[in-house]
Amino acid sequence: MTDNTRQKQPSFLEYQGRYKGILGWILSTDHKRIGLLYLYTMLFFFSVAAILGILMKTQLLAPGETIMGPQTYNSFFTLHGIIMIFIIVVPGLPAVFGNFFLPIMIGAKDVAFPRLNLLSWWVYIIGILIVLTSQFTGGGPPDTGWTFYAPYSFQTPTNVLPAVFGAFVMGFSSILTGINFVVTIHRLRAPGMSWLKMPLFPWTLYGTAWIQILATPVIGITLLLIVAERMLGIGFFDPALGGDPILYQHLFWIYSHPAVYIMILPAMGVISEIIPVFSKKSIFGYRAIVLSTMAIAFVGYFVWGHHMFTSGMSGRALFTFSFLTFLVAIPSAIKVFNWVATMHKGSLHLHTPFFWAVSFLFVFMVGGLTGLVLGALATNVHLHDTHFVVAHFHFIVFGGTGFAFMGAIHYWFPKMFGRMYDAKWANLGWGIFFIGFLSLYLPMFYLGMMGMPRRYYDYLPEFHGPNILSSLGAWVMISGILIIFANLIRSARSGPRTSEKNPWGGKTLEWQVDTPPTLENYDEIPRVDETPYDYRDYTGIDNPNN
Amino acid sequence: MTIHRDDLGDKFGMWLFIFTELLLFGMLFVVYAVYRSMHPEAFRIAAEELDVALGTINTVLLLISSLTVAMSITAIQKGNKQRALQLLGVTLLIAIIFLVNKYFEWGAKFEYGFYPGSEVLQELGFGTILFFGLYFFMTGIHALHILIGIGLFIYVIVQMKNDKIHQTDYVWLENTGLYWHLVDLIWIFLFPLFYLIH
Repeated sequence: MTDNTRQKQPSFLEYQGRYKGILGWILSTDHKRIGLLYLYTMLFFFSVAAILGILMKTQLLAPGETIMGPQTYNSFFTLHGIIMIFIIVVPGLPAVFGNFFLPIMIGAKDVAFPRLNLLSWWVYIIGILIVLTSQFTGGGPPDTGWTFYAPYSFQTPTNVLPAVFGAFVMGFSSILTGINFVVTIHRLRAPGMSWLKMPLFPWTLYGTAWIQILATPVIGITLLLIVAERMLGIGFFDPALGGDPILYQHLFWIYSHPAVYIMILPAMGVISEIIPVFSKKSIFGYRAIVLSTMAIAFVGYFVWGHHMFTSGMSGRALFTFSFLTFLVAIPSAIKVFNWVATMHKGSLHLHTPFFWAVSFLFVFMVGGLTGLVLGALATNVHLHDTHFVVAHFHFIVFGGTGFAFMGAIHYWFPKMFGRMYDAKWANLGWGIFFIGFLSLYLPMFYLGMMGMPRRYYDYLPEFHGPNILSSLGAWVMISGILIIFANLIRSARSGPRTSEKNPWGGKTLEWQVDTPPTLENYDEIPRVDETPYDYRDYTGIDNPNN
Repeated sequence: MTIHRDDLGDKFGMWLFIFTELLLFGMLFVVYAVYRSMHPEAFRIAAEELDVALGTINTVLLLISSLTVAMSITAIQKGNKQRALQLLGVTLLIAIIFLVNKYFEWGAKFEYGFYPGSEVLQELGFGTILFFGLYFFMTGIHALHILIGIGLFIYVIVQMKNDKIHQTDYVWLENTGLYWHLVDLIWIFLFPLFYLIH
């Protein structure tokens, strides 16, 4: 595709556009720069929310008040949830790696609507700013939890309004990104790349984008109803005016359950990219992964009721939601089998991204199977609103999406920055993080089964032991995060430069463009006639530079 | 750098946006259905307070405006800029008249004390409170869409005057038209649900 005589074009990092300095970034419509803008925003807010988390775990080190009182604890878990869910994991992988790599992986020069893409980031930032004002104005930081359950969310004197409205605004950003990706995938695939020749990360982004388009408006209108409830007293969720708070829960989860798949589907896509590359083996059951992706996106709409088993529903509704919940586990399990089968008899290359991918499999299975414990009607009644639930969704959302995010950044880092990170520190960070993660969340399963409720700043003395382990785990995990971040930030600024196009021996298109990519990715749009992940020609000899 | 242009892609994007709008209103229709089934009698009585004549006029107006915007697309396709501008002007005018009617309609409701949080409603019971809550919220969100539509029409008219929208590049107008049909369509459902069914 490229010959050596071609003049080297500046990379997207160096390219001098209409604006200089920071304006060249925040006004750039280049999908790669926008992806990095999201990345930096998320890194910052992740650090904030992680600090909130560590403070909460420190509070739970011993029964009674240690470092904060109940009201502070309530506002901490609320802000922790809002940041982690609405600012980080929901936009997460699509906004950062989808923006950066979707066009490159399907052989396009940019997304379908580059200006809309920049607008999405701006809307996202405005939403964040609105949410932040809730912390410093009015009746104090919100204390409702990120779910804003009625009727408390319109009765509490704390400043819920900006938080809800900010989340509403961020929904727009999500919708616009979704529309952009669906149109991009439909219209801009390289010639010859039929649907079943598309790599799996774009496939999962496709499923995710549809959920973003079809589910986000539901939360949008629901949050707007909360705003109207607080400001005008329209009474839809207020029993004193004839409204029904349970209806709020339905509307909320009609979005928020599919949103879980917004979080996890792209993570599955990343894992599907990493595993074949480091196993040097064609992905096992490409079509099964594609189909299960779309099946998850579809069935995921019909399981929201499993969040409400104890809220009051008819027996028939309970059975149906429970049954559908078990159904949606099947496509996820199919994927796990595919990944394991891909590794089977492969030539495993133990690099950092592969460590993250394999540990993803482990935590994802624990998270998924405990999800079934919660999806079963009888056990749900016992475990509802306990620490078991907290442990479960941290295994899925942090363990699933978080591990995939870390895997993705270690996988694509050389391509994104044209520099290499220090593998020793990266592996060490992973090890410490993994150990910390397990000792932080595994005791929570036990605590939940013993009956420790979630969202309390205090607990009974008999829960003390496991809580100590859990809090220590949190400190270990944060040390791992510090090592990983320090290594990545240092390497992005001053790591050894590399212009190696394909350091890992990947087969997808992003490994054929320059490192780092040029402004338009391709001089000439490539033609794609082969399926991705074809390793039949692998000879066992790796790239000597690697 | 070549300018990338893909009219079909642009319209595809607009259709996806329309899906999101349908789901947004769809959830409100769900809320309506739930509360109507809980308070059928109160909803029937409360509906009689609405001005069917004014509602009908607004419905007819919106239908006509959907026609005029579609005709303006045909006009620009045929290269008749003047006619297209006239038809867009009519559409814009109708959109404004719709809001003026809405203002009088809402004003009358406020005069009689039929608004969320009023004392009159408190005495009339849950069903009536919910009916007027839904009425104001749903027609309010719809009116917001009309306002956005007015903004879009003004933008399209200015762009057409400056020949940025012309016979071979009119996807902005087409997408505005699609949006306007959506606003019309939502009203086609709102009108019978609030004004007509007993």
